[in-house]
Amino acid sequence: MSSSIPTKDAKIELTGIEKRFGKKTVLNGLSLTVPKGKSLVVIGGSGSGKSVMLKCILGLIKPEKGRIRVDGKNMLKATTQEREKVLTKFGMLFQNAALFDSLAVWENVAFGLIQGRNMKRAEAKEIAIEKLGRVGLTPDVGELYPAELSGGMQKRVGLARAIATDPEIIFFDEPTTGLDPIMADVINNLIVDSVRDLGATALSITHDMASARKIADYIAMIYKGEIIWAGPRDEIDRSGNPYVDQFINGRADGPIKMDVLKP
Amino acid sequence: MNPLAVIGRVVISALGETGRLSVFTWRGLSHVVRPPFYWRLIAQQMLRIGYFSLPVVALTAFFTGGVLALQIYHGSDQFNSESIVATIVALGITRELGPVLGGLMVAGRASAAIAAELGTMRVTEQIDALTTLATNPFKYLVVPRIIAAMVTLPLLVFVGDVLGIFGGFVVGTQSLDFNAGVYIKTTSDFLELEDITSGMIKSAVFGLIIAMLGCYHGFNSKGGAQGVGRATTNAVVASSILILASNYVMTSLFFSS
Repeated sequence: MSSSIPTKDAKIELTGIEKRFGKKTVLNGLSLTVPKGKSLVVIGGSGSGKSVMLKCILGLIKPEKGRIRVDGKNMLKATTQEREKVLTKFGMLFQNAALFDSLAVWENVAFGLIQGRNMKRAEAKEIAIEKLGRVGLTPDVGELYPAELSGGMQKRVGLARAIATDPEIIFFDEPTTGLDPIMADVINNLIVDSVRDLGATALSITHDMASARKIADYIAMIYKGEIIWAGPRDEIDRSGNPYVDQFINGRADGPIKMDVLKP
Repeated sequence: MNPLAVIGRVVISALGETGRLSVFTWRGLSHVVRPPFYWRLIAQQMLRIGYFSLPVVALTAFFTGGVLALQIYHGSDQFNSESIVATIVALGITRELGPVLGGLMVAGRASAAIAAELGTMRVTEQIDALTTLATNPFKYLVVPRIIAAMVTLPLLVFVGDVLGIFGGFVVGTQSLDFNAGVYIKTTSDFLELEDITSGMIKSAVFGLIIAMLGCYHGFNSKGGAQGVGRATTNAVVASSILILASNYVMTSLFFSS
């Protein structure tokens, strides 16, 4: 693997992560560094292990081997209380927004403030309305329920929820999947602005190259559970890696073979 | 196919499931006694599990009491012992039929609803979202449902006891020509406090079973809409069977002497 991502001042460090589901190895000794205050985008095809990698960092899935450090703290050896404390540094935008459909939009946005930081509901609501404004949604949207919103609006509410607690680290899981190109660009701009304004460290996973080029400082490519290339965004077009070239140019022919049955 | 291998697989699978459910129950109960407590959610769940189950439990108990009176009367008149109707209705309702039928009715209603709600939250990543928002899903989702079910089931069963006995009284006095005063006196003479408390203790255990199995199957559902449907069915079937089995064990313990 060739990598020119600086390892000094790392916010998140993954070393030799291995994860299997039954006989299938999903992460195969994956190592990756996310520098503090930078935006790293991990690209890769479906089933390459991107989402599993994120879930391992968050402690939702436990890997069999390896080490995950956040601010130098080994997450795999942390107690539940320690992990919950570290998780207060995180914000996350889920692929399908994952809004709580039993709660109004403002309650979704204010959730981390009310439950995680014991803030009073009235105060949290004010912040939630302000964050909704940051993603271009008016206060009246706050009174609606997630089922009453379009996909693009749900994504924006998800983004408002992710930034509501002013997190140090934000994860974006396929932020533009399922959106039209214009709404995708709106979300990309919001991500860039939010990360810049907060000074946060961002880790995104996507297979949308337009999104990756827009929101990344660094890009890494995952293939069969390993990082096969990582470097500054502007160097990806001259990576010299045939796998990366095939992926970013969206070619069917190349070293990456899709399991498609031909008639 | 080796039949021993098939039996072995079934046994290992059942043991594995029992082990996972035991760990889940232990985790759930350990969080019940540790803060933070989400009082607003506990109250909300009491409303959903308890208050909204009241009509179905009340109607079931009332008609069961009435039917019991009819059956005992027609069975006992062959031995000229119709006077036992009031006693058996009262004991049957408070000791067994009230808690068991109440438990089964709430299992059908609440356990299914819990499994469907949590299952949908699981497959739409809402439970993962809770974790990323530094909120323990066990404390936020499981504990309020356990507390609500364990508190409201005994209250529901108490109401069911009263209405079941009243159902027997209505049928006894209106259809079977019992004297109202004698019926009430016979009931109060033979009914003891432990008949009622044993039923309420049983129903608290049934509440735990209903909430725990609903949460367990919902929490572990996978595979989209089909998985949620499967979780809902499994929650109702498993909680109903466990209610009946645990009822036998508790009856043996309470009344063996």
